[in-house]
Amino acid sequence: MAAVEVPTEKWTGKVHEVTLGGNGRKSVVVGGESTLPFLHFEGSLPHRPIIAIEVQDSEPKDWSPHLVGAWGDVLADPAAWAKKAVEYGADIIALSLKSAHPEEANTGADEARKNVDKVLSAVDIPLIIYGPGVAEKDNEVLVAASEVAKGQRVALGNCEEKNHRTIAATCIADGHVAIAHTPLEINLAKQLNILLCDVGLSPDSIIMDPDTGALGYGVEYTYSVIERLRIAALGGDSMAAMPMISPAGAESWRQKESRVAEGVPPSWGEHEERSLIWEEITASIVLNAGADIVVLRHPKTVEVIKATIDKLMSA
Amino acid sequence: MALTGIEIYKHLPKTNCKECGFPTCLAFAMKLAAKAVELSLCPYVSEEAKQALEAASRPPIRLVTIGAGERKIEVGNEVVMFRHEKTFYHPPGFVVRVKDSEPADAVAKLVAEVAGYSVERVGMELKMDGFAIENESQDGANFVKCVELVSSKTDLPLILMSKEPSVLSQALEKVASAKPLLYAATKDNWEQMAELALKYQCPLAVCEPEGLGELAGLVENVTGKGVEDVILDPGARDFGPSLVNLTQLRRLAVRKSFRPLGYPIITFPGEAAANVEEEALLAGQQVAKYSGIIVLDHFSPGIAYPLLTLRLNIYTDPQKPIQMTPGIYEISTPKPESPLCVTTNFSLTYFSIAGELESSGFPSWLLVCDTEGLSVLTAWSAGKFDAERIAKTAKEFNVGEKVSHKSLILPGGVAILRGELEEELPEWKIMVGPREAVDVGGFLKQYWAA
Repeated sequence: MAAVEVPTEKWTGKVHEVTLGGNGRKSVVVGGESTLPFLHFEGSLPHRPIIAIEVQDSEPKDWSPHLVGAWGDVLADPAAWAKKAVEYGADIIALSLKSAHPEEANTGADEARKNVDKVLSAVDIPLIIYGPGVAEKDNEVLVAASEVAKGQRVALGNCEEKNHRTIAATCIADGHVAIAHTPLEINLAKQLNILLCDVGLSPDSIIMDPDTGALGYGVEYTYSVIERLRIAALGGDSMAAMPMISPAGAESWRQKESRVAEGVPPSWGEHEERSLIWEEITASIVLNAGADIVVLRHPKTVEVIKATIDKLMSA
Repeated sequence: MALTGIEIYKHLPKTNCKECGFPTCLAFAMKLAAKAVELSLCPYVSEEAKQALEAASRPPIRLVTIGAGERKIEVGNEVVMFRHEKTFYHPPGFVVRVKDSEPADAVAKLVAEVAGYSVERVGMELKMDGFAIENESQDGANFVKCVELVSSKTDLPLILMSKEPSVLSQALEKVASAKPLLYAATKDNWEQMAELALKYQCPLAVCEPEGLGELAGLVENVTGKGVEDVILDPGARDFGPSLVNLTQLRRLAVRKSFRPLGYPIITFPGEAAANVEEEALLAGQQVAKYSGIIVLDHFSPGIAYPLLTLRLNIYTDPQKPIQMTPGIYEISTPKPESPLCVTTNFSLTYFSIAGELESSGFPSWLLVCDTEGLSVLTAWSAGKFDAERIAKTAKEFNVGEKVSHKSLILPGGVAILRGELEEELPEWKIMVGPREAVDVGGFLKQYWAA
């Protein structure tokens, strides 16, 4: 028999641990890895990757019938939706304040406070709160949300270069975590972390979103950027060592493969099967690259991804 | 593992005879290390040194071919752990398993469906790669019948699966010329399996689940018999063990140049999966993490399409982004009065803007310029996305005949091109769109009233 000595990596760095929730609410910790995803034989993976389920503050108008069918009536009520998400296995809720978008209802701080309060009261798991993705509105509703959630240690996103001061200040004031979003480039991701730390946000209050391209829409870039950030973190680069989040669900369901049922080639297969696998593969491949949180949409995806995380963590 | 010039120099005669055309042996060694010259230029290199140097320049994972003809599967020759370090070269083959215990008409139907399957993505036809035929019936005659049935329906590569050398031998008499992969040599049958592989010149899978040391030992047994083309099955099946085992095998090969395990790997994601989705996800993991042949137990277009897309994505060379063919693209069946946008031919740029236009509710025309695969700002700063080129592309693809209006929407990032473009296209109104693709829906809602 040949003697085989498996080479192991001697990493010097470790991913920062970030805690969400607490203070009466259930808490979850992400990060802390001292090796690449699921390689238990050469390092420690103290916290399993977690699943966030997306909940919107107003009924989504453009969702696939397969999502609408899976969730039913709760889509009209964020509190009921969030409760249902807990039943379906969410570790955290990702509440999206979409109604604040100028092209949607253009709601403001009051509506944001009301919805955040509703969802906080409805469930006892931690929250991520997303603004509508338009800088000035993000600042308005996220600051309002931050005040309502003070002490509950939620994650606020997206925090980008242009609004990082506002988001960092409100996170510091109210004890929250910032989701630092940058476009698909490791140096931009590190740069934003540095800016956030410079204005006084602690490294254990930052989660990175290095941008997600869905399967077929740039997932290979996301895969390599996440992988490289994680390798940099394990190599000792503290400004690359934040846990990572990927909105795999929203990105997958946005694509033609998921949205369009008619008039596509028969080789695309059955619409529901294809849409689900599209979300599941996008989520599973970013988890294999090193994501710590995936934000998902379909309950079935949650079930399947949870089962694969169980298997990968028990190895 | 490539040798440095100094390491190569140690094997050279060190006489500085200059007959190779270089002033010193060291200079020649440096050229060899840079792969700029061939070792054969040195008339005095010893046989021993030649062997040592050739062994060192062998790829860490052997390139193995399964099947013959146009659609043969070639896997191996990988040199890195992570795709960003260079690239992954040989995409894993997707093979569908049929069993000789299944009714013949069901097998024939499945084979026809899989072999005929093809899906288009970014101008490429993505297809499945072959069939594994398993001797589940334990009956030799049955197996031969099933193998003949499958090979009568397809020219795609085959994997013959039986632990019985005598059963494989019967099937090989019929299909050996198609160079199927023989699955598998185990510690109980390896001698006969190795003989079959040698006799019929077919690649041989080696299966040993006891451990990597045991697997390496068994590989050395069959290679000792003279078998060169080996495929490894370390026996790990489920998500965790597969990831760990395949990672360790890749490391041993590319980091340690450990020859006995420097071969492509075969995986069977369906064997550990609780359901079809899990099988697809495990297959997906194995695309990214080091499998060479992935044997699927289920086939449906709704699963094949995402898996083939993933394989295309992960095996894209990070240094050479996929480019779109320049032209005018229709997004959601546009009409002559629909908006017209212009962008670059970097696939990711294209997909970003096409995706946003798709979901905007505005059917649109999208004019794609040849920017050699660069994104909007990079192409602009490299001088490959300028007014002249946009105007030329617009004329080349006759956009004036596609649309009934004269408005062209420019990416906001290159707003600076507006003036020049108005000079190049004097009849056209140039509109400056948003900087980010994600804002194009809002932009159209606000400004588009054609």
